[in-house]
Amino acid sequence: MLDAIFIPEEGYKPEFWGILSTLSTPNPHRLPSSIAREDEHLLVAAAKKGDATAFEELVNRYEDKIFRLTKNITGNHEDAEDAMQDAFLKAYSHLQDFHGDSRFYTWLVRIAANESLMRLRRRRPNQFSLDEPVEGDTDLMPRELEEWGPSPEQGCAQAELQAILADFIEKLDPEFRIVLILRDLEELSTQETAEALGISVPAVKSRLLRARLKLREKLNRHFRRGTLN
Amino acid sequence: MNCKGVIRELSNYIDGELDPGLKTELERHLEHCEDCTMIVDQTRKSVEILCDSRPVELPSDVRSRLHAALSKKIGPGQT
Repeated sequence: MLDAIFIPEEGYKPEFWGILSTLSTPNPHRLPSSIAREDEHLLVAAAKKGDATAFEELVNRYEDKIFRLTKNITGNHEDAEDAMQDAFLKAYSHLQDFHGDSRFYTWLVRIAANESLMRLRRRRPNQFSLDEPVEGDTDLMPRELEEWGPSPEQGCAQAELQAILADFIEKLDPEFRIVLILRDLEELSTQETAEALGISVPAVKSRLLRARLKLREKLNRHFRRGTLN
Repeated sequence: MNCKGVIRELSNYIDGELDPGLKTELERHLEHCEDCTMIVDQTRKSVEILCDSRPVELPSDVRSRLHAALSKKIGPGQT
């Protein structure tokens, strides 16, 4: 399913849509996203009418984030560039299929994620599956427990923290990495993530929980003594 | 709710997606369990740190190739 070239249309609803639609709730721990600026829909409308400058503005606005997304999913510079380029080209080609029922950025992320997944699967066939059943929860209890202090991230430079996060994402198994990226970096909802990946909401939640626990464990090793290792 | 239950519902809790009854049970457990409180707080903090991370700037050569490809698609001189 994920290997097929897939341009999500606004009207696209997977078989489990009825269940998904009842589970969509906001994430109150997050600040309002700065991604969707107020003029985004105006730019999209202009681009759909053939205004190339408007589409260029959308590209300029999101190219850094889309490249981070494709790089994080593929883990490969060349694939990341190709996936990003094809995502923007396909977005332009299929702009008429976007009807504005969701954020343009969310639609773009779904295209870019799919382009990235195709390349990851091509490079690493049979190494991971997003379609596998949700795993059991028998071994989730964290074992490393140490105090961090009130603002542990202030104890290290921004560049060092970025390097720690990049290393963590790179080494995380793809099935966890992709869900974590879409949910916590790209701020897609659980429902949107499930749709984008063609997996169930419980599968998204299970992988997200594990990924977040692994992230806490990784940061714990750096924060527990109040200094970077 | 026991410690395993807290960990199982941890993501839903920090996302505010927990059923009100379960939320009450979980918070009642946190009142007397320091370990779970620490795990919840640190996991929430970890997610916040990840959310706050900023993408690095697109390398200039990658950006040039992207815009060249778009120009070819949309039309010369358009991007």
